[in-house]
Amino acid sequence: MTTPTRTEQDLGTDIAGGVGESPLRPDGTLKVKGEFAYSSDLWLTGMLWGATLRSPHPSARIRSIDITEAVRTDGVYAVLTHDDIPGDNRFGLEHADQPVLAGDVIRYQGEPVAIVAADHPETARRAVAKIVVDYEVHEPLVDAERAAFDVNAPALHEGGNVLRYLPIRKGDPDATAEVVVHGEYEVGMQDQAFLGPESGLAVPADDGGVDLYVATQWLHVDQKQLCRVLGMPAGKVRLSLAGVGGAFGAREDLSMQAHACLLALHTGRPVKMVYSREESFFGHVHRHPATMRYEHGATRDGRLVYVKAQIILDGGAYASSTPAVVANAATLGVGPYKVKNVVVDCYGVYTNNPPCGAMRGFGAVQAAFGYESQMDKLAAELGMDPVEVRNRNALHEGATMPTGQVVDSAAPVAELLRRVKAMPLPPETSTSDDGYDLRLLPGGVSNTTHGEGVRRGVGYAIGIKNVCFSEGFDDYSTARVTLKVTGGDAVATVHTAAAEVGQGLVTVQQQIARTELGVEQVVIQPADTGVGSGGSTSASRQTYVTGGAVKAACEQVRARVLRQAAKTLDLPASQLRLHAGKLVSADEAVVAAVVDVLGDETITETVTWRHRPTYELDEKTGQGNAHVQYAFAAHRAVVDVDVELGLVRVVQLDCAQDVGKAMNPDAVVGQIHGGSAQGLGLAVMEEIQVSGGVVRNPSFTDYLIPTILDMPPMRVDVLELADPHAPYGLRGVGEPPTISSTPAIVAAIRHATGADLTRVPVQPHHITGTH
Amino acid sequence: MEFLRPATWAEALAAKAEHPGALPIAGGTDVMVELNFDATRPDYLLDLTRIDDLDDWSPDGERLRIGAGVTYSRLITELADRLPGLAMASRTVGSPQIRNRGTVAGNLGSASPAGDAHPPLLTSDAVVEAHSLRGVRHIPITEFYTGVKRNALAPDELIAAVLTPPADGPQQFAKIGTRNAMVISVTAFALALHPNTGTVAAAFGSAAPTPRRATDAEAFLAAELTDTGRWDSRAELDPAAVTRFGALVAEAASPIDDVRGTADYRKHALSVMARRTLAWAWNDYRRNQVRTCA
Repeated sequence: MTTPTRTEQDLGTDIAGGVGESPLRPDGTLKVKGEFAYSSDLWLTGMLWGATLRSPHPSARIRSIDITEAVRTDGVYAVLTHDDIPGDNRFGLEHADQPVLAGDVIRYQGEPVAIVAADHPETARRAVAKIVVDYEVHEPLVDAERAAFDVNAPALHEGGNVLRYLPIRKGDPDATAEVVVHGEYEVGMQDQAFLGPESGLAVPADDGGVDLYVATQWLHVDQKQLCRVLGMPAGKVRLSLAGVGGAFGAREDLSMQAHACLLALHTGRPVKMVYSREESFFGHVHRHPATMRYEHGATRDGRLVYVKAQIILDGGAYASSTPAVVANAATLGVGPYKVKNVVVDCYGVYTNNPPCGAMRGFGAVQAAFGYESQMDKLAAELGMDPVEVRNRNALHEGATMPTGQVVDSAAPVAELLRRVKAMPLPPETSTSDDGYDLRLLPGGVSNTTHGEGVRRGVGYAIGIKNVCFSEGFDDYSTARVTLKVTGGDAVATVHTAAAEVGQGLVTVQQQIARTELGVEQVVIQPADTGVGSGGSTSASRQTYVTGGAVKAACEQVRARVLRQAAKTLDLPASQLRLHAGKLVSADEAVVAAVVDVLGDETITETVTWRHRPTYELDEKTGQGNAHVQYAFAAHRAVVDVDVELGLVRVVQLDCAQDVGKAMNPDAVVGQIHGGSAQGLGLAVMEEIQVSGGVVRNPSFTDYLIPTILDMPPMRVDVLELADPHAPYGLRGVGEPPTISSTPAIVAAIRHATGADLTRVPVQPHHITGTH
Repeated sequence: MEFLRPATWAEALAAKAEHPGALPIAGGTDVMVELNFDATRPDYLLDLTRIDDLDDWSPDGERLRIGAGVTYSRLITELADRLPGLAMASRTVGSPQIRNRGTVAGNLGSASPAGDAHPPLLTSDAVVEAHSLRGVRHIPITEFYTGVKRNALAPDELIAAVLTPPADGPQQFAKIGTRNAMVISVTAFALALHPNTGTVAAAFGSAAPTPRRATDAEAFLAAELTDTGRWDSRAELDPAAVTRFGALVAEAASPIDDVRGTADYRKHALSVMARRTLAWAWNDYRRNQVRTCA
């Protein structure tokens, strides 16, 4: 036993890499060196390759499917259609309304019709091409407004085309105001554009079940849906997370999971599926396009009297997460402002357009483009500074949302705006005859201007996002934490099913275990369904919820260590604490080493952890405490616009965000950079162009995402105003920066050009006024 | 798909004669995209990367002879002084990785109206040197583009080189893309002033089924410069003439609406690029210097 001694020096040395620091990611070196195994790198000897036949039509009836020639192809092991599904041919996150393989109805272009397994991917693709489908092609329903309101429109699903209608009613619906501004806004269909395409490997097991290795955002919700499709109990459908190359919401729904499992179980061979970039555009849901009509009424001194809004979200062919997206757009529809009188009508509808669902910002992105455009319009109408108008209406702790929910933690809306406004502005871009740098001008290296037509603009925006799942959803995560001595050191092992998709959850889990247990070595076990659900890597919730679960499990492990030490040392456990691998007594003396207390014992605790409950919204008034936590970010964008050519360069994009507690400051700033870049993409280039239900640009040649010459360096100001309800006081980080980035950039372009830009992404011809 | 790997130019020509449908591949920056999208599935791929003869450029009388294997990166680093327009266009091609592999000959083989090299080749009166077992054929660039992604090569011919005179006056190139780098052209424009002959060359891409010269605009501007004595005086341009030049360039285009932009915008952008590049080129001329790669 270690002799108790005063060891001030030891106590001053914290375990490195705990909460609040920025230790290296455990997967970082491999990723930088290109050695990290992504799901598309999975390989087993003797595996087959799967391929999918998809409908070229957005609306059709299938008269017949002839697989004869495909089956006859050398190297083909299976060709499956809807007839071959052992369980229920339906899947979906909340509403199981989507066929795994189309039966007789096609509702969108790209809908899977048949699947093939072959000994080579090219063989599989060729066999797919030999399947003959006789389609009766129908006129697609592609107008979301018609889907919402035209009772004569064809119903795409039982129950009609309105998937969810959510009204929000607060105060006087007939309130009037001295100053009124109207606006109609549109948001195009953005894609998550993750770089690692949908992929995974299904391996049939000896017990008749299947093991699936897959890149996903929520292993257990995949498992639940697969059990239903495969007609198997959960014990026989086991999932492990494979390396995920980005997600942003696009991996919430099933893509190739059921198909690979069906093929593997049918052939008795492992089956790998990897989508090509083109197929990926059809293989996942996108951000909902939105049409929004806003009316803001205010006093002459710029105080909002009322906001009325109608928001129509095009959910496409299947439900996916549309109902929850509707809830966000509606409940956050007036933005981070105090408004006494609110009328919001939000619709999520079915059409024959590509299915839309989760994408970073989830309904809050669309609404923010509407309400922030309106705040600028109101400022212009009043002749007031746009930041000042926002300040006069800024939400704050203790204020009430349009749903009646009282904001019960920090809501530093005015402070965030003040901070971005106070940041230094960039110098004018040099356009002297020999001093210009094309990389710093609109049009970039394409040499379209040396300064001609270039005007500077500055714009501001702030957004609001709910963190965690809302509306009474039982939102929990499970963590199993083990502590034992390995090789003479105390080593903690953390096992959860929570998906690391690039955001850094594995790092944060290590940090929490280090801080709570005072051990340096923390092993993160691969995420799989061998432990309880971690919930979805969505809604900026994993550090909050899985972080909360890991913290709680560590606390239980720690309590056991202390109890054990108390017994051995004959001291009350309440007077002991863990610090840097030592047990420390109330008088700050090191009384034992953790390794000695543990000896040969393994301490394991599994905790299912929930955030505080939320409640459903009243379906007539939209009133209710639906959200767990609100998060805020503000942006200031500085742009140079070539007003003659309509080309834009974002010169500077600064952000201030409250994160409650920066668990890992480097990762927090990384999230803010990435989220802001994704918002920049929506502002000026990213759109899946759909015409008549058909995608026109399913490639990275024509679906453009920002390059390093499009995304400027950022100044980021991180506030840490603790939320007393959250673990460590933290606030979800991932989504808020995506929300305010887009409207700030568009505001700056309006400022530079004077153009009334009502649609994102802004295209050059919107600025030049040509058609 | 068979993959043919000739070691010599003679073998390559023999292979092309034997398999006229063979698709030549050098950098693969276009061909591989087409293959991956299953947009084309040739029976034979003819790999030209083993043939060292193609990788050089050299003076050839009054002109420069640029081998079919010379990459955009080399054009930028080695020929920006002599072929500034082509080097400026090369600078806008894809990413550094693409420029390290892609070739002008590849642009010609694909003959996409969006190919970045076409407008400067048109303004330089380049000549495509096509070889086959039957012999050598010199195809003037204005006769080379025959339709959308079609060119004047016979099925048994391969591009050996492009012949182009070095710049004899200021050259410019500008391209519209909706991203500030690594972007395919919405429309592009090239300009070359030839003070020695008192002529002007102007050409554009992505605004007609083929890359095209704007001949009326060229004639107008050449006459304007000659009639007003500006070739000699190097006086500032008449703004009205600059505007007229831009309008005539736009008039020469017959663009379409597509995912990258609208027809009206393309015409508008061409007129703006024509005016601006003319101002830059004329400014260079007035200062008696030829701007190299921007």
